[in-house]
Amino acid sequence: MQASLPKSAPGSSASDSAAVMHFATTESCLDINDFSLAYAGVPALQHLSLQVPRHRVTAFIGPSGCGKSTLLRAINRLHDLNESVTLSGNIQLEGRDIHAPQLNVAELRRRVGMVFQNPNPFPMSIYENVAFGLRLQGRMPKRKRDDTVEWALQSAALWEEVKDRLYRSAWTLSGGQQQRLVIARTLAVRPDVLLLDEPASALDPISTLKIEELIRNLKSQLTLVLVTHNMQQAARVSDYTAFLQGGELVEYGPTDSVFTNPRLQRTENYITGRMA
Amino acid sequence: MDITSDTHSQHISRQFNQELEELKTHLMAMGGLVEQQVQEAVKSLLDNDSRLAEKIRDNDRQVNDLQIQIDDECTRILARRQPAASDLRLVVAVIRATSDLERIGDEASKIARNALSLSEGNSHVKGLVEVRHISEHVRKMLRDSLTAFARFDTELAMRVVHEDKLVDDEYGSAMRSLMTFMMEDSRSISSVLNVMWVLRALERVGDHANNLAEYVVYLVKGLDIRHTAPEELDENMLKKP
Repeated sequence: MQASLPKSAPGSSASDSAAVMHFATTESCLDINDFSLAYAGVPALQHLSLQVPRHRVTAFIGPSGCGKSTLLRAINRLHDLNESVTLSGNIQLEGRDIHAPQLNVAELRRRVGMVFQNPNPFPMSIYENVAFGLRLQGRMPKRKRDDTVEWALQSAALWEEVKDRLYRSAWTLSGGQQQRLVIARTLAVRPDVLLLDEPASALDPISTLKIEELIRNLKSQLTLVLVTHNMQQAARVSDYTAFLQGGELVEYGPTDSVFTNPRLQRTENYITGRMA
Repeated sequence: MDITSDTHSQHISRQFNQELEELKTHLMAMGGLVEQQVQEAVKSLLDNDSRLAEKIRDNDRQVNDLQIQIDDECTRILARRQPAASDLRLVVAVIRATSDLERIGDEASKIARNALSLSEGNSHVKGLVEVRHISEHVRKMLRDSLTAFARFDTELAMRVVHEDKLVDDEYGSAMRSLMTFMMEDSRSISSVLNVMWVLRALERVGDHANNLAEYVVYLVKGLDIRHTAPEELDENMLKKP
């Protein structure tokens, strides 16, 4: 299973290796190496290799079923309990294989937070939602916990809207606020990476813009990976864009060049809405 | 990735295909009108035809109207379609091209106004040989750059880019001849100045044709070659797949 990525990107030459990008100026946070994943023997991801640079926003785009959410979930090991899933290759977080036997999965998920399409606040107060992860981590003085909750809510640009009703149910918040609450809950445990799976697709345009602004602000603190069907959103918020199709990485590069002058016809066809 | 002239007709949205096709058609119509304006402006000067010169001067409004109409179409496409990749480059190239075509139209008007001034004088006009020569050259550049735009032909566009230097040289040499005429006969200064303005306008038409050719390279290859020396260009283009 040593197939390198250019083979999975027809139309590209070795020197033009569509997807393997090396970031001369930015160090990588996640290294995905020749990674393949199959559900019950049916391949969903095939020989993917890419580097996700630290403190940048990387977007995965592609048609439904292309494997972008599967890849995102693999980074958080959400496939662990699915016995029909088989993997090969590896994913490294800051140089360490996330599937290494000695690695603590709970610790991995603290370092790699995930936000889903539909906001999923827990049925408890706003405060308790954000403090949930902190409580799981063990005892912490109340003052310190309060400070962390406030910091997380401020980082998620929600503090001003909820500071007077921290002990009310999280379900009293609007959809956009709930999504930012979920992001605050993830931020509270100080992750290194935030995975966002269609974080704004269930939200109205104003809430969407708030989430996008939040993504932009958060990149000074952590590395973000965004899966989206909305290509304009990928173009607006990401620094790098990876285009996946049929479980293969087709093209990966700086968002500016992918959206103005993609190297491959398949990418051009997808982002401009042409027939394949 | 290079694109071809039918690249913009393959969208899932037929309406979008149609909008982009119309944009190209309208740009070509504007190009055709501007080309005709330049040709007739020079003809009015060489044939001493003041009626034709007046017509050119008045036609400039049509060119301006087309620029506004095409720019409106581009704005609408940007707002409604949020184009990307080659579609975006087409819209950007068209916006830039209308600006250059409109200014070529202005240069044609200037030529026509100078033709009118010259037709009012009685003296023999010197320098018309130079005007004829340079006008043929820049009209060919303009025609080729429009053809390159219509066919997405970067080779033809590159030939236009290389031609511009030759026009600049011819212009310099013509100006030196005209200065000699003025020194030889001070009574000819006024009419020679008119011819100089005409040559200056033609030289500017060449510059704008050169710009149009550069936009073709941007449109097809995604390369912005506006501030690159012509001798470096071919090598750069070869590097890009």
